[in-house]
Amino acid sequence: MANDLPVPSFLLGRLTWEAIPKEPIVLATFAVVAVGGLAVVALLTRFRLWGYLWREWFTSVDHKKIGIMYMVLGLIMLVRGFADAIMMRLQQMMAFGGSEGYLTAHHYDQVFTAHGVIMIFFVAMPFVTGLMNYVVPLQIGARDVSFPFLNNFSFWMTVGGAVIVMASLFLGEFAQTGWLSFPPLSGIAYSPYVGVDYYIWGLQVAGVGTTLSGINLMVTIIKMRAPGMTLMKMPVFVWTALCTNILIVASFPVLTMTLILLTLDRYLGTNFFTNDLGGNPMMYVNLIWIWGHPEVYILILPLFGVYSEVTATFSGKRLFGYTSMVYATVCITVLSYLVWLHHFFTMGSGASVNSFFGITTMIISIPTGAKIFNWLFTIYRGRLRFELPIMWTIAFMLTFTVGGMTGVLLAVPPADFVLHNSLFLIAHFHNVIIGGVLFGVFAAISYWWPKAFGFTLNKFWGLVSFWFWVVGFWCAFMPLYVLGLMGVTRRMRVFDDPSLQIWFIIAALGAGLIACGIAAFFVQIAVSIRDRAKTRDLSGDPWNGRTLEWATSSPPADYNFAFTPVVHDLDAWWQMKAAGATQPQTGYLPIHMPKNTSSGVVLAGLATVFGMAMVWYIWWLAALSFLALVGTAIAHTFIYHRDFRIEAAKVAQVETARQNALTGAA
Amino acid sequence: MTAPSTFWQTEPHDHPEGSSTALGFWVYLMSDCLMFAVLFAAYGVLGGNLAAGPGPKDLFDLNLVAVNTAMLLLSSITYGFALLAAYQGRQRATLVWLLVTLGFGLAFLGIELTEFAHLIAEGAGPQRSAFLSAFFALVGTHGLHVAFGSIWLVTLMVQVLQKGLIAANLRRLLCLSMFWHFLDVVWIGVFTFVYLVRMI
Amino acid sequence: MRKPLAIQMLLAPILLLSGCKFDVLAPAGDVAAQQRDLLLISTGLMLLIIVPVMGLTLFFAWKYREGNDKARYAPEWGHSTKLELVIWSAPLLIVICLGALTWVGTHLLDPYRPLSRPAGSTAVQEPPLRVEVVALDWKWLFIYPDQGVAAVNDLAVPVNRQVEFTLTSANVMNAFYIPAMAGMIYAMPAMETKLHGVFNVKGDFQGLSSHYSGAGFSGMRFKAHAVDGPDFDAWIARAKASGQTLDRARYLTLAAPSQNEKPAFFASVEPDLYDRVVNLCVAEGKMCMSEMAALDAKGGTGLAGAYNIAALTYDRGPGVAAWQGAPFMVAQICSPAEAARKFARAPLPSTAADMSPLMGHGLAKPTGWLSLPPKLSIAQTRPAAPSDL
Repeated sequence: MANDLPVPSFLLGRLTWEAIPKEPIVLATFAVVAVGGLAVVALLTRFRLWGYLWREWFTSVDHKKIGIMYMVLGLIMLVRGFADAIMMRLQQMMAFGGSEGYLTAHHYDQVFTAHGVIMIFFVAMPFVTGLMNYVVPLQIGARDVSFPFLNNFSFWMTVGGAVIVMASLFLGEFAQTGWLSFPPLSGIAYSPYVGVDYYIWGLQVAGVGTTLSGINLMVTIIKMRAPGMTLMKMPVFVWTALCTNILIVASFPVLTMTLILLTLDRYLGTNFFTNDLGGNPMMYVNLIWIWGHPEVYILILPLFGVYSEVTATFSGKRLFGYTSMVYATVCITVLSYLVWLHHFFTMGSGASVNSFFGITTMIISIPTGAKIFNWLFTIYRGRLRFELPIMWTIAFMLTFTVGGMTGVLLAVPPADFVLHNSLFLIAHFHNVIIGGVLFGVFAAISYWWPKAFGFTLNKFWGLVSFWFWVVGFWCAFMPLYVLGLMGVTRRMRVFDDPSLQIWFIIAALGAGLIACGIAAFFVQIAVSIRDRAKTRDLSGDPWNGRTLEWATSSPPADYNFAFTPVVHDLDAWWQMKAAGATQPQTGYLPIHMPKNTSSGVVLAGLATVFGMAMVWYIWWLAALSFLALVGTAIAHTFIYHRDFRIEAAKVAQVETARQNALTGAA
Repeated sequence: MTAPSTFWQTEPHDHPEGSSTALGFWVYLMSDCLMFAVLFAAYGVLGGNLAAGPGPKDLFDLNLVAVNTAMLLLSSITYGFALLAAYQGRQRATLVWLLVTLGFGLAFLGIELTEFAHLIAEGAGPQRSAFLSAFFALVGTHGLHVAFGSIWLVTLMVQVLQKGLIAANLRRLLCLSMFWHFLDVVWIGVFTFVYLVRMI
Repeated sequence: MRKPLAIQMLLAPILLLSGCKFDVLAPAGDVAAQQRDLLLISTGLMLLIIVPVMGLTLFFAWKYREGNDKARYAPEWGHSTKLELVIWSAPLLIVICLGALTWVGTHLLDPYRPLSRPAGSTAVQEPPLRVEVVALDWKWLFIYPDQGVAAVNDLAVPVNRQVEFTLTSANVMNAFYIPAMAGMIYAMPAMETKLHGVFNVKGDFQGLSSHYSGAGFSGMRFKAHAVDGPDFDAWIARAKASGQTLDRARYLTLAAPSQNEKPAFFASVEPDLYDRVVNLCVAEGKMCMSEMAALDAKGGTGLAGAYNIAALTYDRGPGVAAWQGAPFMVAQICSPAEAARKFARAPLPSTAADMSPLMGHGLAKPTGWLSLPPKLSIAQTRPAAPSDL
């Protein structure tokens, strides 16, 4: 591909017939996606769901619906990212004894790049943002976020980024640079075709969404808390969400600007990260990790919040050490900016610089360790109910400690000199990201699902998924620790030492178990929806919860709370229940709510078109879509009436219906 | 601890529309500030890498930059007048001051574009050296912000003409004012670290 | 206990199969061995806290299960200052120990630092073997400046003799890694890094690039032969016998992208070649980075130099930025004599080890009661050759 670059034409830029990959694997994937996509479109049309989706979901500014849409996006992309993982495991399992495996370098290098990019930006980030979107306003007793339209726009920008990345599968190629696209390799001279451009524009479009959503949630938490909820009475999840969003706002701009500089290098021929004319590739590595390290805390902190909520709820007990939990979170937030260099000890910084960053990294393990102890002592003297969320939490505590330990090992520079870039590192960060983030997401899904949909998830299939995931995880990644200790490096496509093969076979087996876990998860969802009549929860509080989201109906009405709750204690709902203070059933007031708008979909759609046009050098389309983008944004500011009133009678009707259902069931 | 009695707000209470906007916009500005921080850092790292080409002393014209700085600083003052007039409910005066601000802003952009064109014509475009790449990126990003600020300014003028000085428009005027002053502050950084320090 | 036995039965063949391939845990060089020791000590330190936490997690989860009415239930209990003190200070203490180990270990094992004790060596003062390493697309070039030979994807070093690698790359980032020897270090274009290491055991060891560098990355493998003196001489003689000359023109053809290269040898190397590689001026008519930096330090070349692009551009792959204009051509500025002057080097500093206890930059050695007794230093907790002391 690299040596016969197409000559750009005016109409289609670099887009030629050759841009469509003709490898059988890609074609088969395309066929499956196309058939599946057509089937979904046909079903939606058959059941006349387009109007419903458009009105009730796509244009919705309701934080609950946007949160759910984020989770759906995360799940879809999880399947894509996991398909990449399976392909890598198979390739590495096969490519021994002179075998080249089944993937060419061009294909394999795209697969591992796409896997990293998708799992971080389009699986973990949507999951985390989705959870915060759904839960935060409910936990702080608010009706919505501060900027509901911006919320919708942010979501669609994330989708736009995902669409651009997915398009690379069937049109052209994706980057073959690794998930952070270090120059000079990602420069135009060494990656001349569209791969890195897909990477850049996919991340930029999604990045705008992430930054805006970070601002939005941060302001929401600061400004929209229920009366009485002082900072030190916020649920831990809200605290972790606040810190995460501060991290987002204070780190994503760095990523955006770094990628802009790379874009300038690639499009205009500037010399930020080139070898010649004074450029400095190491500056990119520093800048990208100044974003990249806070990013891992962006991912994990909200899940720390989830574990705190889950542990307290299922132990039927106050969270141990709330104050130290909060300070630990804040410590991690601040310290996460002081450790970025540990990602490249081996780049040749002096010993003093390396030890400084090594020691700051170890210091982060102190607040993290304190958190683990806090969960431990929350269970202590509790009454642990073994529901799915707490099982995920215990699996997390056992898994994450190991990942944390190997992380601190990698922070010891001399140890990093033998383990950097090895499969040990891969095992480490999957250990913390799967064991920390993903287990937490599953805990959160099973915990808040009844809140979102009004019925609980099937426990049997949940357990099946749980055991496949946990066993599969250990089976897939322990061999990688071993291989790392044998000096095996990441991103290798073929191997010459046959004695390594057995470990790759075990790892592939583990990936197979995880695949079963994912399948069981989808079965769990399907079975739960089928049996929803049996598992319906009318109380709105199936777990005997402690925080405000359980004080309202499941699913909550559009306005969340008919009356704004007043908070006196950390576990506000727990205290209300103890005082017998259920919501008043008369005297409803009219409620102001934001109106739905299609501007978000349109703007994000135009941004996606702009990104694709830039990837393919279709300059006229880029100019046109950019002008349309600016025009639409201006036009949107001319809409002044963005909210409407839900009349008191309507509120009364909804609330009375719920009360009737509750008493009827009792 | 005495048990609290009130757990629900049953009295009607006011949620002023857009009460979070100012804070939200502040937070946005801070994130923007970080983007500039990256550009300043890049200029700090690469500023000396002339690639055996022309350096600041060969290229910059401090007189021109001084005039340009004056344009931007004046525009900030006139924006302040516009906002004062707006808070006093004087729509005509607001519009006039906004127009003056726009004039200064466009003058700033014009001078900056002249400078850029001049540099590129001399062969000192952004591709020439890492120093020039960092220079064009930093100054250009600032210029781009001023350009978008100007578009926003025009939009707001139309909206004030259409709807008058209603609360929503006052809020928007305030946001743009923060944006405009923020660009001023960034420019002071640019003027000092990009031009002045390198010319001494 | 049938179950663990079954697991053992399952694991045994796996462990046997893998044999002694644990390069990181059973290295052949003293540096890697010290790195391994640090790895194991750190792991041990952390297990002090990890194991109790994991044990307690399982124990508490079991003991405080819902069905167990005998366990105490305290739903409102959520604070204990004593416990808080323990849970913050226990990790803190471990991190303090680890931090001290890290500070000392990082300085002692700094890849730039000449080895203080090539263990097993009888001649610590013997000057290190110099090897200049160039990462190419996608193979390794090793230049032996003192022997005047070069090899592609094949490295031989005498056992028990310190080796000083100076590394660079032709175009993209790579990392040079011989797991059994001394850890890794990045090789980066237009920059030079250093790595000091030693082999203490004879044998053939794997070497590779451990930083992804493009399509042929997997094939950037070489064998590192740790050999005794006569065998090393034989290896050099074999290179000399190849009859090939590595001059600038030959280097440029060698640097063209290729994959899975077989070992190749060069009997002689053009003297300035490695310096030219680092300075991106192997090709005819290119200005060297060192000269460029010297000009930049003087404030550039003024407006007259604005069009002097052709001699400076280096990244010339198949791709060019979409909106990049055509570069102007200007005749060469750097004369061969000037280039030679630029490369004139001060004599190499003596590599005798600095045996003073390690402090950070800018920190004076503590004296009086603060000074550390020598036995606390890591370097001396291991048996060392008499010549070290």
